[in-house]
Amino acid sequence: MLTAVATLTTLGLAFGLGLGWAGIRLRLKSDPAVDRIDALLPQTQCAQCGFPGCRPYAEAIAKEEADINQCPPGGEAGVRALADLLGREAKPLNPDNGEEMPKTVVVIDEQRCIGCTLCIQACPVDAIVGAAKLMHTVIESECTGCNLCLPPCPVDCIDVVGVAADIQQWRTPRPMTQQTLAAAP
Amino acid sequence: MNFADPIDIARDAGKRTHHFHGGLRLRHNKRISCQVPVERPPLPDILVVPLLQHAGETAEPLVKAGDRVLKGQQIGHCEPCAAVHAPTSGTVEAVEDRLMTHASGMTGPCVIIRPDRKEQWVELEPIHDVLTASPDSLIIRLQECGLAGLGGAVFPTHAKALDGLERKIHTLILNGAECEPYISCDEMLMREQPDKIILGARILRRALGAERVVIAIEDQMGAVYAALAYAAKCAECKSITVVKITKIYPEGGERQLIQVLTGLEVPADGRPSDLGLVCQNVATAAAVAEAVTEGKPLIERYVTVTGNGISQPRNLLALIGTPFSHLVKACGGYTAHVARLVVGGPMMGYAVSNDATPMVKAANCILALTQSDIAAPQVEMPCIRCGECARACPATLLPQQLHMQIKNRLWDEAEEYGLTACIECGCCDFVCPSHIPLVEWFRYGKGELHQRAIETQATLLARERFEAREARLTRKKLELAEKMSRRKQMLKDKAAHKEAAEKAHGSSADA
Repeated sequence: MLTAVATLTTLGLAFGLGLGWAGIRLRLKSDPAVDRIDALLPQTQCAQCGFPGCRPYAEAIAKEEADINQCPPGGEAGVRALADLLGREAKPLNPDNGEEMPKTVVVIDEQRCIGCTLCIQACPVDAIVGAAKLMHTVIESECTGCNLCLPPCPVDCIDVVGVAADIQQWRTPRPMTQQTLAAAP
Repeated sequence: MNFADPIDIARDAGKRTHHFHGGLRLRHNKRISCQVPVERPPLPDILVVPLLQHAGETAEPLVKAGDRVLKGQQIGHCEPCAAVHAPTSGTVEAVEDRLMTHASGMTGPCVIIRPDRKEQWVELEPIHDVLTASPDSLIIRLQECGLAGLGGAVFPTHAKALDGLERKIHTLILNGAECEPYISCDEMLMREQPDKIILGARILRRALGAERVVIAIEDQMGAVYAALAYAAKCAECKSITVVKITKIYPEGGERQLIQVLTGLEVPADGRPSDLGLVCQNVATAAAVAEAVTEGKPLIERYVTVTGNGISQPRNLLALIGTPFSHLVKACGGYTAHVARLVVGGPMMGYAVSNDATPMVKAANCILALTQSDIAAPQVEMPCIRCGECARACPATLLPQQLHMQIKNRLWDEAEEYGLTACIECGCCDFVCPSHIPLVEWFRYGKGELHQRAIETQATLLARERFEAREARLTRKKLELAEKMSRRKQMLKDKAAHKEAAEKAHGSSADA
């Protein structure tokens, strides 16, 4: 009887210590739910959702502080993906956050730029290079099209342009089915 | 069970022929364009040379409007891809966007040349000691001369050769199995210039360091076999074998041909060089011979102009940049009932809306169809899951399954079911009793998968940069806070020191 109690107590203590150690040392640095939500967001970092970036928005969704329909760049497809992941109903985008639009990038008109660095500070992905009183320019391949650099510019030298559609970016369009053909005017 | 290394099995390529899954026996309709010898059409009034003729980057133009160019002069430069050359001597009229020979019907940058009809060549630099030249110098020559696979995929030849050189190639396969109906340009080339093909084979073998060359042709090309076998009789040609294979569409596809010759499948995510093989088209081999022994860049190719919509179907040796309308005129013009112009064959080609589009390196056939050739638009019916498409698929895919997945935008599933392994041969389309345009769906699906991959890449980059910026901002904030607190501490210390000093002063004054 005593042996049994002693064994169980020792085992209990050993496992308790093990779990305690694991709880401290093997703790996940980030919340896996947030990671999985973040992976579905378009990483535009445009803050149209009302949060200062995609990750903060993902955190808010995970804590159920924000709805899943606040990301216009992600569009309806993004809302659907989030709804699938979280087991919720998909819903239309919240118009307060903006509309789904084709991707754009910005270009700086280098003639008008005065080198104030305000846009560099506003860019969430460091896609603008330049220095004080020197010309700035946008790295097109790294611009996410968030347009956060537009409001701070004092001389309005930043223009929004569509991504050039050249022959290499052309994709075969979705074939028409009988239903879509019938629906077409 | 055979446990031998696939590379060793592949060494026996062509010694025995095998079968691939599915495929179709099609009426080949080639005879109509093989009746007269190949000729050069008269020089057109204008040549439009696209600066993008294959997958990859657009070449940078090296000339501007008003420049005089010589025949064979390089007019487009592109570092990792193939160069572009002037097809004849003349004046550059413009470098501007023109309608491209492309399924999209979009415009792209082209060099427009008005020929001066003098046909003045640039100075050509032949490599004389071809069979002792170093592989590197041969490969550089291939890039300088703008060589690209002439079978239709136009993959830059030098890139394939470089990859082959790295991966230890033992067998070079020359693809003369021109399996699509109507197309006969490779057959005519093999009939008329077998020596050039054999010479090109020897040069490519040297450039790749391969041991053997297998030339695969269809069993129905009787005259071709005799011509090639005769040309391959030289003393140094012992390593070259000509193999006849059974005609089943699409046995001329690279992966299908390798399966026929070796019995092995190239892994879906691999390349033929994984098996120690490199596949090149026979027309590419002939162009290689010209590029190396004569120094001539790739400025012309054999093209079949055929179909019931053409008065006198035949093969032509056409300059790159010749408008299709000019080639059609050289073949007696259109017949009365022409209804559609297709670039490539009836199975894999695409229709163009305008015959002003120019000849490109990829164009092996211009096919003019009449209304009676084009099947009346059939009403698409729902899939009945008969499985005919899976039986016909030479890539052993499940087209009906892929169709459902693409239709419902299940991209991960479609990728898992091997959508990217589809060669777009059109066999499934052909046999579908419900007339579903399956290949059209697969082209769309592949485009979407490609787009998704690009977007994922961009997303990862944006996240990385955002996180790096956040980390930098937090670090700066902390540094600033630390600096502030240090400064505060310093001020406090100073004040305390002063106070202490004053106190000491006061007490000493008291004393």
